[in-house]
Amino acid sequence: MSTKVIEVQNLVKRFGNFVANDHLNFDVYEGEIFGFLGANGAGKTTAIRILCGLSSPTSGHAMVAGFNVKNQPERVKKNIGYMSQKFSLYEDLTISENIRFYSGIYGISRADRIERERQLLRNLELEAERDKLISSLPLGWKQKLAFSIAIFHKPRIVFLDEPTGGVDPVTRRKFWELIYEAVHNGITVFVTTHYMDEAEYCDRVSIMTEGKIAALDTPAGLKQQFDTDTMDGVFLKIARPDK
Amino acid sequence: MKRFIGFIKKEFYHIFRDVRTILILFGIPIAQLLVFGYAIRSEIRDAKIAILDRSHDEVTRQITNKILSSGYFLLSENLQSENQIEPALKRGVVKEVIVFENNFGKNFRKEGVAHMQLIADASDPNIAKLVTNYTRAIVNDYVKKEFPGMKMPYEIEVQPRMFFNEVLKSVYMFVPGIMALILMLISAMMTSISITREKELGTMEILLVSPLRPIQIIVGKVTPYLALSVINASVIISLGHFVFGVPIKGSVLFLMTETMLFILMALSLGILISTTSQNQMEAMFKSFMMLMLPTILLSGLIFPIENMPTVLQWLTNLMPARWYIVIVRDIMLKGADIFYVWKETLILIVMTFVFIGLSVKKFKNRLE
Repeated sequence: MSTKVIEVQNLVKRFGNFVANDHLNFDVYEGEIFGFLGANGAGKTTAIRILCGLSSPTSGHAMVAGFNVKNQPERVKKNIGYMSQKFSLYEDLTISENIRFYSGIYGISRADRIERERQLLRNLELEAERDKLISSLPLGWKQKLAFSIAIFHKPRIVFLDEPTGGVDPVTRRKFWELIYEAVHNGITVFVTTHYMDEAEYCDRVSIMTEGKIAALDTPAGLKQQFDTDTMDGVFLKIARPDK
Repeated sequence: MKRFIGFIKKEFYHIFRDVRTILILFGIPIAQLLVFGYAIRSEIRDAKIAILDRSHDEVTRQITNKILSSGYFLLSENLQSENQIEPALKRGVVKEVIVFENNFGKNFRKEGVAHMQLIADASDPNIAKLVTNYTRAIVNDYVKKEFPGMKMPYEIEVQPRMFFNEVLKSVYMFVPGIMALILMLISAMMTSISITREKELGTMEILLVSPLRPIQIIVGKVTPYLALSVINASVIISLGHFVFGVPIKGSVLFLMTETMLFILMALSLGILISTTSQNQMEAMFKSFMMLMLPTILLSGLIFPIENMPTVLQWLTNLMPARWYIVIVRDIMLKGADIFYVWKETLILIVMTFVFIGLSVKKFKNRLE
């Protein structure tokens, strides 16, 4: 196995009496696509917030890109990218202005920015739209653009929180092509999703219920373990174990 | 630093691309000043008066000319005898009758005492008070200018409240109030809306996972509004001074320093509101209900604090604008320096720290 980019040991997060993350243990390896699944309210978002340095764990240990999320959140933030379910570019700025803004806050040099911007626009075939406002673009394009900008500073890991919510299947497929391309360029992908077909695209999948990780394996391994043909089946069996 | 400049640039794009924002930032301040300055004047203009001059000498002529050329009064009729006074007022056109005694000029020059009587139509007590005050002020001014060193006792006692505003110009009172209102609007309301907008759109998350520190994000969000507030304050002061003739007797530098303090206070209030609001609507509602309305109603801008019920008077102490208005009036109209307004200044400073402290606490709670 290659190097671990995320190490989580006995991670606990409590809000008062409510335990959102109950002793999580998992590792994510460099260059893989790690699917982070779970029903709504299972504690996925809490875990992601901790890994991104937005929230500190109650107890336990979490290392991201070689830095401790508790003591070195600033170092962690430099090495990660993030895209949320909510659309996250500035609608009243042009593509180019958004790129310039994000380059600015990640401290990317001017020369690097110009080169990467050119590449990005060519890649997404958006050269003609460079100076158009984000608000004038269709949702699918926006999402691809948001992803490209989330990895614009070449992070080691990118966290995608339900990145394809509300998008048609064709666009979703294209979006996943971008994810594969990012992996090909050496970026580790940590993704949450509600679409079980997307879970199939992941190298490994963990499924959370009630703050715990109930299962963690490759999609094929999980299907075998739960004796079913689809990820849907796996998910249902974990989410409702009594049936 | 480069990051910071990029951030601020982006913030200005937001501002300049939103017509509504631009309108609020630049339209409202000027419109409000003009409305308050020209339309809602609690002062008089072209009030009709009648004069009964029993003396017809040089002094009465000069005083009459001065009164009529002031722009506040129009001569409706010259009366010939005392029994014309009541009918003149009864008709309702004439607001005030001015009566000069016999040998007015002679008495004045020889004995230093001359009498004139002002009879006002007190069916509208406010206007009656205003016209008599105006008239008295004009006569006072005449005596001061034409006969320096002399004192002329009147039958009407002098009210000290007019001292700093000789001609009772209401715009003098409004300019400080409008400054407070506008600065609250821009600094507190616009800041809280712009921060909650990022929350609502999800871009705040992106900023928080970036290497920017929270303090950089906040300062970056706030700086453009600080700059715009300073510009607006300068515009209002200039308009007040050059268009409406409001004096600036104190130091302009000190005035701007106090204004900066008030802006900082308002910005910290805006940040506090944004930490407690989930979306723009909520932020706008809170700013409006908690800041704008109380500022308008309870700061002394429109309703005199002395006339309020005790409970409300007590409440006005919590209005930052109240203290700022006192400071600005004292600096502009009385030429006050820090020794006169240190108490108000201290109150504003304490308020600023309290708001910043609360915001930081709120913000930390959210992260925990």
